Amino acid sequence: MRPIFTVVDSQSLVIKPTAFPVLPGQPLLTACGLACIRQDRVLFEQLAVSVNAGELLQVAGKNGAGKSSLLRLLAGLAQPDEGRVQYCRQDVTAVAADYAANLCYIGHQSGIHEQLTALENLSFWRAAAQQAPADDLALLARLGLAGLEDIPCRMLSAGQQRRVSLARLWFASRQLWILDEPFTALDQGAIAMLQQHFLQHLQQGGAIVLTTHQSLSLKYDKLNTLELAYRW
Amino acid sequence: MVTLGVFIRRELRLLARQKADWLNPVLFFIIVLCLFPLGVGPEPNMLQLMAPGIVWIAALLSVLLAAERLFKDDFRNGVIEQLVAARQPLLSFVLAKLVTNWLSTGLPLVLLSPLVALLLNLQTPAFIAMLLTLLLGTPLLSLLSVMGAALTVSADKGGILLALLILPLYIPLLIFASAAMEAASMALPYHGQLAIMLAMLLFALALVPLAVLSALKLNVS
Repeated sequence: MRPIFTVVDSQSLVIKPTAFPVLPGQPLLTACGLACIRQDRVLFEQLAVSVNAGELLQVAGKNGAGKSSLLRLLAGLAQPDEGRVQYCRQDVTAVAADYAANLCYIGHQSGIHEQLTALENLSFWRAAAQQAPADDLALLARLGLAGLEDIPCRMLSAGQQRRVSLARLWFASRQLWILDEPFTALDQGAIAMLQQHFLQHLQQGGAIVLTTHQSLSLKYDKLNTLELAYRW
Repeated sequence: MVTLGVFIRRELRLLARQKADWLNPVLFFIIVLCLFPLGVGPEPNMLQLMAPGIVWIAALLSVLLAAERLFKDDFRNGVIEQLVAARQPLLSFVLAKLVTNWLSTGLPLVLLSPLVALLLNLQTPAFIAMLLTLLLGTPLLSLLSVMGAALTVSADKGGILLALLILPLYIPLLIFASAAMEAASMALPYHGQLAIMLAMLLFALALVPLAVLSALKLNVS
């Protein structure tokens, strides 16, 4: 696959954008008429979602409103009971390979194996993203994990594990990020750093769909919110 | 290919850190084989007669024992879900699991076969037949048990379900493997049985990875 970001300077990790597949302002992910039914309960129906390149969509709602279910539908992990999801105006099932290659989904679980060290987990995800091995030490240091690279992840705190998991956002050259509760267990400093990284990604033409109960403090004009009502 | 290499190294690393996962089934295999002479009496002819069945049933059970935890950790911590979303690396992940599952459960049984021959008083022809059937048969055992593990990964207590699901699929292998060993002990040719085992192995090799992929996708959706 063609690399979309090229790392110019591995020390400071300055990332230079080369073009994403979808130009800013163009529709990246759209969905219409979505319905999701869980255990005879309609979580949502007739839901429309639209995310253009360069936009962030925050899915809000109470616990159990169906935020994670919506994200899983959008990520192609489950099929909607009604409606359809489109990537670049084409049905995701028809362009599944292209869609998956341009998507970074980090779910509620961290995707981190507790018996492996931070470095080993990152090299696994690098291989999964079809990327050549690179200097993950600098990246981990930047994420505040200097000195903890060689410890099995089960010895790390929940917030540190979350940092290891989110480190993928620093190397995955994917345009669309779908993140389920990325701020869980992170401290204020890490949240600020992550939001800064979000801003950089958006300015480069990326798009983000996330759920969080935190209010975002990003200074950016294309922040959309989708409020899911809790329904019986 | 690079991805597959990295994934195999990861699985081997995990096996090195979680030794119980592969050491327990191997010890189970040895203990079962040690119990049989005690149970049925140490009459050498009797043991020789029963050896094919004993070896193969012990092998089936020990491979099954190793299969249960195969995908559990990766399912619980979300690795499988995120690999399904990423699509492309999932096949490499499944192939890495298959290869390392055989290396950690099938290969030890092959390596232990001289000890087994000693325990069950096998003569050289029967021992060679056992070695050949184990070489051909254990990869097939691994393939089928990985398939069962993938199907039952989201079940809370999947162990018994896995056994009920997979043991019937082992029957053809059991029949031909023990028939080959029996024929060898009577100095009869057993190429036919080996050929059929090879055919079953190739058939499973072609189809099982696809079944595992579908099962994993089904379990995360």
